[in-house]
Amino acid sequence: MEIVRPQSHRNLFSSNDAVSVPTIPLYRSAPPLEVRLEDFESFAIDRLRVLKGISDGLSRGKKPDEMEKLVEESWKVHMRHQHASEVLNKDIISHFVLRLVYCRTEDLRKWFLSMECALFRYRFRYRFRFLTTEAQRAIMDEFDLTCKAVNNVEFESIKEKLGQVARSMGQPSPTVDTIFYKVPFEEVPELVAGRKVFISQGYAYVAMNQVVSLVATLFRSQLSKTLILTNRKWTASIRDQEKHRLTPIVEALSSSYLGPDFSQPREYAEISLKDIDQVAKTSFPLCMRHLFDKLKEDHHLKHGGRMQLGLFLKGVGLNLDDALAFWRAEFSKKVGLEKFEKEYSYNIRHNYGKEGKRTDYTPYSCQKVISSTPGAGDQHGCPYRQFSEENLRAALSRMGVNSRAMEDVMDKVRNRHYQLACTLTFEALHGVACDAGINHPNQYFSDSQKILQPKKDSSA
Amino acid sequence: MIPQQESEFDIGYLKPYYGKLFPYADMFKWMSYGHDGKHPGCDQSYFGRREFSFTLKGDFYLRFQSFNSALELENSIKEKCPLKIDIGPVYTVDPAKRHAYAQGDNKVFTPVERELIFDIDMTDYDDVRYCCKGADVCLDCWPLMTIAIKVIDASLRDDFGFKHILWVYSGRRGVHCWVCDGKARRLTNEQRASIADYFRVYKGNENSHKKVSLMGAALHPFLATSYTNVLKDYFEKILLTNQNLLATEERYEKILSMIPDESIASELRGRWQDNNRRSSSAKEDINVVRWEQCKQLLQSGKHKAQGLRRCVEEIVFFFTYPRLDMEVSKHMNHLLKAPFCVHPKTGRVCVPIDPNRCDEFDPTTVPTLFQLLEELNNEGLRADVNGEWSGTSLGSAVTLFRSSFLEPLLKACKEEIERSYSLKLQQSKNSIGW
Repeated sequence: MEIVRPQSHRNLFSSNDAVSVPTIPLYRSAPPLEVRLEDFESFAIDRLRVLKGISDGLSRGKKPDEMEKLVEESWKVHMRHQHASEVLNKDIISHFVLRLVYCRTEDLRKWFLSMECALFRYRFRYRFRFLTTEAQRAIMDEFDLTCKAVNNVEFESIKEKLGQVARSMGQPSPTVDTIFYKVPFEEVPELVAGRKVFISQGYAYVAMNQVVSLVATLFRSQLSKTLILTNRKWTASIRDQEKHRLTPIVEALSSSYLGPDFSQPREYAEISLKDIDQVAKTSFPLCMRHLFDKLKEDHHLKHGGRMQLGLFLKGVGLNLDDALAFWRAEFSKKVGLEKFEKEYSYNIRHNYGKEGKRTDYTPYSCQKVISSTPGAGDQHGCPYRQFSEENLRAALSRMGVNSRAMEDVMDKVRNRHYQLACTLTFEALHGVACDAGINHPNQYFSDSQKILQPKKDSSA
Repeated sequence: MIPQQESEFDIGYLKPYYGKLFPYADMFKWMSYGHDGKHPGCDQSYFGRREFSFTLKGDFYLRFQSFNSALELENSIKEKCPLKIDIGPVYTVDPAKRHAYAQGDNKVFTPVERELIFDIDMTDYDDVRYCCKGADVCLDCWPLMTIAIKVIDASLRDDFGFKHILWVYSGRRGVHCWVCDGKARRLTNEQRASIADYFRVYKGNENSHKKVSLMGAALHPFLATSYTNVLKDYFEKILLTNQNLLATEERYEKILSMIPDESIASELRGRWQDNNRRSSSAKEDINVVRWEQCKQLLQSGKHKAQGLRRCVEEIVFFFTYPRLDMEVSKHMNHLLKAPFCVHPKTGRVCVPIDPNRCDEFDPTTVPTLFQLLEELNNEGLRADVNGEWSGTSLGSAVTLFRSSFLEPLLKACKEEIERSYSLKLQQSKNSIGW
């Protein structure tokens, strides 16, 4: 792929995707395309939105059918292009750009691999059933699958066993029209592990609808190897060659959270000092509520807590003067006015970008909160992760979560879906569904206010 | 005559064992897999890239031992007298030189071949045997191992197509399985895990009452075959009576708790509670009688509660189906004890077991260290052309190892080496330089 400056946008790749068979590219090799620099970044961001959508969907426990729909809709929204012929190119280009972005550490690779494989799997699932038998076989050839279709004679000899396998999975027995493929068992580890295939003399008998699994496994192992190679190339040459052009874009892309960062507080979210106590009770997520309550109780918070809560309050709309007054009021009860001015006020001004290198710090997203490591005496972090079951139940019931919702929340916690747990808490307390899921404490706050504010206005 | 001691093991006796009895040549031939240098297609480095590890007295653990010849292996074992010898994988390079190759992310020192292995341990069956607990085994519970061998061996051969399988007594309370086909040695971790999962039925969990759950309108053919050919008979004809599974209230309650239909369970309980007092007729074993009653009610179709469909099978599977240690099989770098080691707690030698005659295997008559040395002493210093072992009880073990495992394996290996060598020659003739 060649990255060019804007203005020259000749497209060398003529896609031969016949309209009758919608193609899913296999991303085997970078095609000879020219890409505009601005497209480089924007295509990647669009694809990233799709991948993050998949990540959310999976962590919300959506079933395969729902995921298929989610992927198709997300793809339509984000991956379209004004020129229909460019859609395939956008697909390919965005994949290769993200490869550069996500090849660079073990964690990034793992995430990217999972999401791209899920994307592939659901798109493949969606399309495969509409293909003709010939087209299906053609795809299998694409993957060099050493599988042969089972002929009628062999089918008759194993029909009963195939029927047993099908019925053991709650499916109807296959008929003579059902196509089976004979594949070395090594190629279908997922199906073997789940006893979802009949195996004999080293061969697994895979039904057509199980082919998706087969293909997905091969896609995954291909991509996995490629990512490592890409990383080597990146480290060895690309990163340096591109340090004034692509490298900064690549490095920024992997840490992008992709939602609003709440550094500019919205109008309706502006709160003042006198409002805080009230909104803390109704609209703070548990993590901030806990810090807030502890602050009121102990008149002190350690650094981690001050950062987490302080930046949250900034995102919520508390201006610098009000913030200083807030913290002063609490801290001075413990450490005295003078010590507060000397030791703590600087920090607060620093958070608002009024001191030091004047970075205007952004409030922490859930990802950041969850991954923090509070130590002894700390109160920050994500309570769904940090608290013992007992303490969590107590905290949630103080917030007003009813016992039935409580069980659903605890179930999510046990499975380590902390953001889902928080989402369920939100839903239980506000009586509405939160489809987008909670990704940011300030999002919790603003969504909550959106629900509660209209009611307040109407009653005012 | 050596007086009977509590443990038939003394570390001092390992020296003569390693000195005269341990079958070095056979172990070397096995581990070489045909790469003995006699064919131009042989990989001279192969044996030297295999990891061995020794456990020495005082819990010293020597990992990443490697040897370039049978003699080096022999000398090292004789010199160090390890309490236990473990066999690891074949790596990309000689394990002794691994530090020179480890370069950050690039996994240049990594396993490339490793037998597919299974470890079945009697302690995993403690909840289904009443005769022993923990490290003990006896002839009443040993059939559980026999079952495991039969079920797994049949599947490895019939389902997966493997041919070169070695079963070994672990020396105390279990068995090990080594699948040595080339295809097996080259399996990835993921593939190994998938085979282990294919075999997995028992999912022990302190939260769930039901640890065996057989859903679906039919059993998978592998489970159905295992049930029909092995599990059912062993349960009904051997374990029911050996273990007195239904003879007392405590024991039958355990089985009744696996019946999801309370009305059936109480009906049976009602019948059996009275029966306990009466002495059962000499002819019919009480366990057999009660099991028949149980089956009748469960399979009558009269009571149609959910989960009843497979209840009989689930009970049988719970008490008999093999329980594997999943972790052992899943990773290429997992070490496993070598055959022909001596178990330090029992003094018994880890001898091969013939899967075709595994129901005749008796763990209580496996040769012990003391016994072997006594036999050696009695035989005198007559050097046998086969090695000193042939005059002792170890003789049949080594013969079995050779005839049923090693020789067919080596024949297949040689053929494979020849085939790939010819292929390479062909390819180099046809290849276009690039």
